[in-house]
Amino acid sequence: MKTGTDRVKRGMAEMQKGGVIMDVVNAEQAKIAEEAGAVAVMALERVPSDIRAAGGVARMADPRIVEEVMKAVSIPVMAKARIGHIVEARVLEAMGVDYIDESEVLTPADEEYHLFKSDYTVPFVCGCRDLGEAARRIGEGASMLRTKGEPGTGNIVEAVRHIRKVNAQVRKVVSMNEDELMTEAKLLGAPFELLLEIKREGRLPVVNFAAGGVATPADAALMMQLGADGVFVGSGIFKSDNPAKFARAIVEATTHYQDYKLIAEISKDLGTAMKGIEISTLAPSSRMQDRGW
Amino acid sequence: MIKVGVLALQGAVREHVRSIEESGAEAVIVKRKEQLQDLDGLILPGGESTAMRRLIDKYDFMDELKRFADEGKPMFGTCAGLILLAKNIVGYDAPHIGRMDVTVERNSFGRQRESFEADLDIKDVANDFTAVFIRAPHIVEAGENVEVLAKHNGRIVVAREGQFLGCSFHPELTDDHRFTAYFIEMVKEAKKKQLA
Repeated sequence: MKTGTDRVKRGMAEMQKGGVIMDVVNAEQAKIAEEAGAVAVMALERVPSDIRAAGGVARMADPRIVEEVMKAVSIPVMAKARIGHIVEARVLEAMGVDYIDESEVLTPADEEYHLFKSDYTVPFVCGCRDLGEAARRIGEGASMLRTKGEPGTGNIVEAVRHIRKVNAQVRKVVSMNEDELMTEAKLLGAPFELLLEIKREGRLPVVNFAAGGVATPADAALMMQLGADGVFVGSGIFKSDNPAKFARAIVEATTHYQDYKLIAEISKDLGTAMKGIEISTLAPSSRMQDRGW
Repeated sequence: MIKVGVLALQGAVREHVRSIEESGAEAVIVKRKEQLQDLDGLILPGGESTAMRRLIDKYDFMDELKRFADEGKPMFGTCAGLILLAKNIVGYDAPHIGRMDVTVERNSFGRQRESFEADLDIKDVANDFTAVFIRAPHIVEAGENVEVLAKHNGRIVVAREGQFLGCSFHPELTDDHRFTAYFIEMVKEAKKKQLA
């Protein structure tokens, strides 16, 4: 009997496919998310748009919040640790969190090195903007990927850029000859063996969810159509006028992402979505996606 | 050719589809209740049972799923799928489809860090079958017509009751298709009986 194997860790993410993972900051929100059909919740102290507004250093959530959320729901609970923060990650693992997001939404603890995620029993999800970044995270032991997008902006443009880029690069690797892959590995900064595996299997070895800017049911469906395996919604739900209704609509749009009549129906009278931010107005220092490498 | 559906509201759908095809049957991705009519058998995949249940209700799937069961067509529930099939769920007042005479307990092996893989001998199915348990349920109690096919550490993890097959783990996560092939045989037998 073995715990923490790749199959067990990656398999957990496979079970989340086609589903929506929602950011929550307390037990009450977690229950609304579960009731709406979320496949997991991400327990946080603040949602990304509030982290953006508050400024300063964003850290792992107060363990009491995480604990409260774990007690409130029976679906899996995820939590965020700072990039490279070994102790925050170990603390969350010790608490029994089901998945850790080594996340650029928090202020990085290490600007050079990410966590060696293979060392942990708990699985990790990491953000990526391109195949090189995706492959480096998998190489370190990430069991699940997500686009970085631009968190807390309610603007889908960066997540679209990232999923298109990764998928285009996967297609390129699959179509390349094996004798071209070492050069491609060098150019991407990706582990060579992983590119061989991607070529052999025709896809990434772990699931890749959409994250960072999903604000409406149509945004969620768009990301699914572009090839995301599922969707993270951060600020979108609990910053909207009617979170329960909004959450249900996002879940439905994710399941039936090609049923446009249905998406029209569920998008009616949802109230105002979160206020968005145009990416070009962000100062370079407040671009979260540029954290990590 | 035998047609086996995979309930595709959420969860490990792709893996089951591959396994069905590897076992020589036609796989159908089921997103609408109307699709159930043409099927010979149905797999309820792993995923989050609470999320699946919400979508089942939303799209009015429940009556059709119960009818499918009452027509005697084989159903195979893996992990969350087993929870959907079970007649009783520990800590819950009402079951979901509720047609297989077992009582299951959700997340009974613990949280994700306690998730594991183990090699099992499954009666009539396979020896040394690598079973991947992820936040898995187990069968606390099995009715008198239920045959227990495998246990792990004294807990029932595979059982069959006539047309119903259920397991705690995820056979779809490995390249070993013997368990799916066993279910496809069940489907073939049931179809033969129906035609006779």
